[in-house]
Amino acid sequence: MDIAAYEASDGYQSLQAIAKGLSPDDVLQQVKDSGLKGRGGAGFPTGLKWSFVPRGGDAPKQKYLVVNADEMEPGTFKDRLLMEGDPHLLIEGMIIAAYTIQASKAYIFLRGEYIVSGQRLNRAISEAAARGYLGKNILGTGFDLDIVVHTSAGRYICGEETALLNALEGKRATPRAKPPFPQVSGLWGKPTIVNNVETICNLPGIITYGVDWYHGLTKGSDHGTKLFGVSGKVKTPGCWELPLGLPIRELFEGYAGGMQDGLELRGFLPGGGSTDFMLPEHLDVLLDYDAIAKVGSRLATGTMIILDNKTCPVGMVGNLMKFFAHESCGFCTPCRDGLPWVDEIFNEFESGRGSEKDLQILHDHVDYLGPGRTFCALAPGATAPLGSGLKHFKEDFDQHIKQKCCPYKH
Amino acid sequence: MAKVVIDGVTYEVNPDNNLLQECLSQGLDLPYFCWHPCMGSVGACRQCAIKQYRDADDKNGMLVMACMTPATDGAIISIDDEQAKSFRASVIESLMISHPHDCPVCEEGGECHLQDMTLMSGHNYRRYDKKKVTHRNQYLGPFLNHEMNRCITCYRCVRYYDDYAGGTDLSAQASHHHVYFGRHEEGVLESEFSGNLVEVCPTGVFTDKAFSQHYSRKWDLQTAPSVCVGCSVGCNTAPGERYGTLRRIVNRYNNEVNGYFLCDRGRFGFDFVNNEGRLRDAVKQQGDTSQALSGEQVQSVINEFKTGKTIGIGSPRASNESNFALRALVGEDNFYAGYSDTEHEATQLILQLAKDKAFHSPSIREIEQADAIVILGEDVTNVAPRIALALRQSVRNKALELASNSRIPQWQDAAVRELAQHDRSPLSILSTYVSRLDDVASDRVVDTLQNLAGIAYAVANTIASQSPSSSDVPTEHASVIEKIAAQLQAAKRPLLIAGSTSGNLELIKAAANIARALQQQKSTAVDLCLLVPEVNSLGMGMLTTAENKLGRALAKLQDGSATQAIVLENDLYRRAPQATVDAALEKADKLLVLDQLGTATTAKADYVLPTTAFSEHEASYINYEGRAQLSFQVHRCHSGAMPAWSWLGAEQVDEFDALVNRCASEAKGFSNLSKILPDPASFIAGMKVPRQSHRYSGRTAMKANINVHEPKQAEDPGSVMSFSMEGIPAQKDADVLASSWAPGWNSNQSISKFQDEVNGELKQGHPGTLLITRETAAAGYFDPADSSVSPSANELQVSLAYQIFGSDELSAKSNSVQQRMTDAFIGLSPEDAQARELSQGDTVKLGTTESNAVVCIRTGIKSGSAVIYCGDGQVNPTELPQCIEITKSGEQNLLRGIEGLIVSDLLEEDY
Repeated sequence: MDIAAYEASDGYQSLQAIAKGLSPDDVLQQVKDSGLKGRGGAGFPTGLKWSFVPRGGDAPKQKYLVVNADEMEPGTFKDRLLMEGDPHLLIEGMIIAAYTIQASKAYIFLRGEYIVSGQRLNRAISEAAARGYLGKNILGTGFDLDIVVHTSAGRYICGEETALLNALEGKRATPRAKPPFPQVSGLWGKPTIVNNVETICNLPGIITYGVDWYHGLTKGSDHGTKLFGVSGKVKTPGCWELPLGLPIRELFEGYAGGMQDGLELRGFLPGGGSTDFMLPEHLDVLLDYDAIAKVGSRLATGTMIILDNKTCPVGMVGNLMKFFAHESCGFCTPCRDGLPWVDEIFNEFESGRGSEKDLQILHDHVDYLGPGRTFCALAPGATAPLGSGLKHFKEDFDQHIKQKCCPYKH
Repeated sequence: MAKVVIDGVTYEVNPDNNLLQECLSQGLDLPYFCWHPCMGSVGACRQCAIKQYRDADDKNGMLVMACMTPATDGAIISIDDEQAKSFRASVIESLMISHPHDCPVCEEGGECHLQDMTLMSGHNYRRYDKKKVTHRNQYLGPFLNHEMNRCITCYRCVRYYDDYAGGTDLSAQASHHHVYFGRHEEGVLESEFSGNLVEVCPTGVFTDKAFSQHYSRKWDLQTAPSVCVGCSVGCNTAPGERYGTLRRIVNRYNNEVNGYFLCDRGRFGFDFVNNEGRLRDAVKQQGDTSQALSGEQVQSVINEFKTGKTIGIGSPRASNESNFALRALVGEDNFYAGYSDTEHEATQLILQLAKDKAFHSPSIREIEQADAIVILGEDVTNVAPRIALALRQSVRNKALELASNSRIPQWQDAAVRELAQHDRSPLSILSTYVSRLDDVASDRVVDTLQNLAGIAYAVANTIASQSPSSSDVPTEHASVIEKIAAQLQAAKRPLLIAGSTSGNLELIKAAANIARALQQQKSTAVDLCLLVPEVNSLGMGMLTTAENKLGRALAKLQDGSATQAIVLENDLYRRAPQATVDAALEKADKLLVLDQLGTATTAKADYVLPTTAFSEHEASYINYEGRAQLSFQVHRCHSGAMPAWSWLGAEQVDEFDALVNRCASEAKGFSNLSKILPDPASFIAGMKVPRQSHRYSGRTAMKANINVHEPKQAEDPGSVMSFSMEGIPAQKDADVLASSWAPGWNSNQSISKFQDEVNGELKQGHPGTLLITRETAAAGYFDPADSSVSPSANELQVSLAYQIFGSDELSAKSNSVQQRMTDAFIGLSPEDAQARELSQGDTVKLGTTESNAVVCIRTGIKSGSAVIYCGDGQVNPTELPQCIEITKSGEQNLLRGIEGLIVSDLLEEDY
């Protein structure tokens, strides 16, 4: 969508509201009231996150907004659609966010492979700058903003916000200790907000149409809409914007068309590669953050990966472990040295050499790599499919040991 | 103070620290790797996991990393918790996955923190049966071995080398379990503090290359507390000996002086002790022949020198005791300084300032507290290297202040560095050439020495108008003068550094004026750090009168008013012009020279007496701050060498303490010297402190190849230490604590068991005594001398450069240090080089001297000036005039040209 089309569909209207006197504090209050939660995976309330940024006379003059567009979670392809299809939505949202925290410089940290996104974003940025939406004294508000698209050299860990900041500074992409949070000491030690692309894309609607409108969009306890994706052997895999609070069955059967003929649903990861497996019995659970947490998984990115009955669950988990082991930044011990061991064991299972001892080591690692044990959330994320896979697909692991091969291939 | 409950016991802790540090301070055992007492926490290794409970009712608790958790009041934690223990066992299990099974052949074995922590964490069986990760190792230069397969990826090396020491050529590379620590390509590690990697690395990735060439286990090394003789800082060291050769040097903790770190000159420059050319026998020399002297013959020679017109020339590299013994033999009036006349004047001025109450001479720990620093003319990195490392920490005080404003704990190392970025406390360097500290300097002024002095006088004048200004102030420096003055005035603890190696007294005086001006404003003594070049420059200076310059001694020999001379451990050809020394020595009837290695001076001697090296005798030295420190004998010397004081008949070999006491009572300014002697009350029932560890092996067998009868252990009646395994380890007196060991802690990390608290004083007291008491009331400001130098058209103004590897006479004889040395060079600006049609690497003749130097062209040198590095005795600095004309020499390039200049300040800029 180019800028004319975007403006024709109420685009950049929120900036007019700001130009008419909406203060940063007003915007912050509206975002808080909207109940918007981060769409990058963790689901942290956006308004609350912003409120930690120091404001007032004592605050550092330079602050930064960073958009996390390093979409690398396995099974996740929602931000790409936004950036390729509607880049101005992201830019308008960034202007709102930057205005709220008074950041004069914003970066889009873009996954390197997203070449089309990069081209379209850069074009959109020049279009917006030409209209005076970016640059000095935006629409006479006295507020300045420049946006830079930075393409990542490509590491999954760059999706972790502090590792992203290190990468943006040209350092090794290893996460930082929190506290201090980026809101206090972020990019180059200055207050910084890091938000996901989709989160930012919620902002123009909230400001243009109001909090009540936003609250009306949902069907569940969380507010607004969300991009949901389905991949795997369903009839029509894809990505759809739907209200939060929809039953999973509606997404799976209604939009994705259910399983391909001859296949049955064995289980699914509800929000990308680092969420726990859910089972067919969970299809009536609602798609919102709390409901999914109640059954022991996470909505996370909202992009489902489907496991069918003809695909080896051990192989699927093993594939994810290979990914996580390779993407570990190498900073903390359990993740750096634990995940490769897990990966090696899956290789053994794949080639029929898995043993009970190996299975025990896998179980040990679920605990060893769990939340609070490691420096960041990468390894705990990896233990989600590992732990739930070991639990739900125990018989498959046992069959690998017993038959000394992968039963799905022989 | 805060109260923390650890496994049911309440401890008083410092809430500004993290729980790991506080657990260690309380003497508790908690394994760790990535945390380092000097470098804070990053939370990488996860080895120090403990259980923390919300409150007394919380029975589950949660695992936290002790190093990343503040010791807040009321915290309830458990080290012994089963879940915490099992997690720690899992961590060590993963760390050991790819670690080779090479402990028996690994040089770290026996002093390996990884071994200790593996045992402590309870890992004893490897479940991992897959393929190990292996790495290729790199050549890292003459000092360090690299064995990456042993790496456990704790990130300490890069945090030390890059973040702490300011290095740029060691980095963490690759990711996941392939992380690699090395250089971008093979080559010499450039930092002059690289050797500390040996001790920073918790296992055997970086090991001491010189040591590995004649390796011995830590427990087989005979060790005693020693003091480095490489420069005037006086870092505390623990040299180790086996089979009569000195094998290595490691750091010995002293919280006031070197803390945990040494420089590479200190660590690798000891090898001269083992030099084949060491003098072994007392000889009489006549022409080309030499004849060995018996004990009685030596005695009669000494007696001859006791009568007649004898003068003694002391040495800044010899101990207080040897200098004192010579002075006692020839009489105070006949005892002369053993360094150049300029240096003598500078040292006397420094000693005069050392008595002034307006100033304080800061220890390294105090230097690290400075928050605004000005360096006047000294190349700290090459003259007093350990201080340069301290200055890199001083400039971080700004970062610590910012962190405290943002409520980030100081031990959160990565977070503090991230917050501050390049925001540093001001460090202004006034120098004649670019320096290795420039990367952390706020301001850098490169100019001639007298212009620098003019700037310094102007700074003092800006702070206090009573302080006189000089006429030598180039107007282009007006703004920097204002800036430096303002920074010093705004600082809580300003620091001024000057010294004698610049060869310019005006800089010392101007530094004193600045300090005095600040002192009058702040009403507290101001830190004035005055550097001298050699281990005992100050001690010898204190024993010498202001009039007794070397030049005067040589003149006396030449005019016949003195006919006999004793030269103590000194090569006069480095201290005075060759012609002057030649003329004086020719005239002398008898010349007695005592030294460790042969020199141009011993070659001229009638009698040569071999002396013991620093590790072969007990001695005291006085460092740049006036701190007297005791250095024990580590091992016996098996040749005919003896301590100089013993040759000179001051005392018997075993009566060192008596000599110290005599020096304390007879020599002015030395009255506190006796305090450095170990307290006899510390030694239970007359038991001595063993120099050999309780695990020392082969004592009864190590000489069996010579004689199967076990020899009697050597006795050491004069010392509180014994050449034996028996006795009691250093329990009560820090002076005798050579290498720390505690059950379960075999590595240098065991030092925490001996500290009051982590980074605190040693429990057994504090080694070293400040000798000089400040008593004089504030004298006035110095008036600038008229020192204008006017070079003629073709002349360049000379200033001297120093090199950490090469400028010190003895360490320059060490094998590994020699591989890092370069020959004499002359630094020129591009304009001056072009005007003379000289290019990089050409050889030039220096003025009217016979010496040559290699041309080194750098933009960081002011045109009109020449920066001359004299090499290891290749150019005699005392022969260089203030202004010099250079001519291209027909000679071939010198052996080791400037391409070998790695640790040069001059290399920083590419020309």
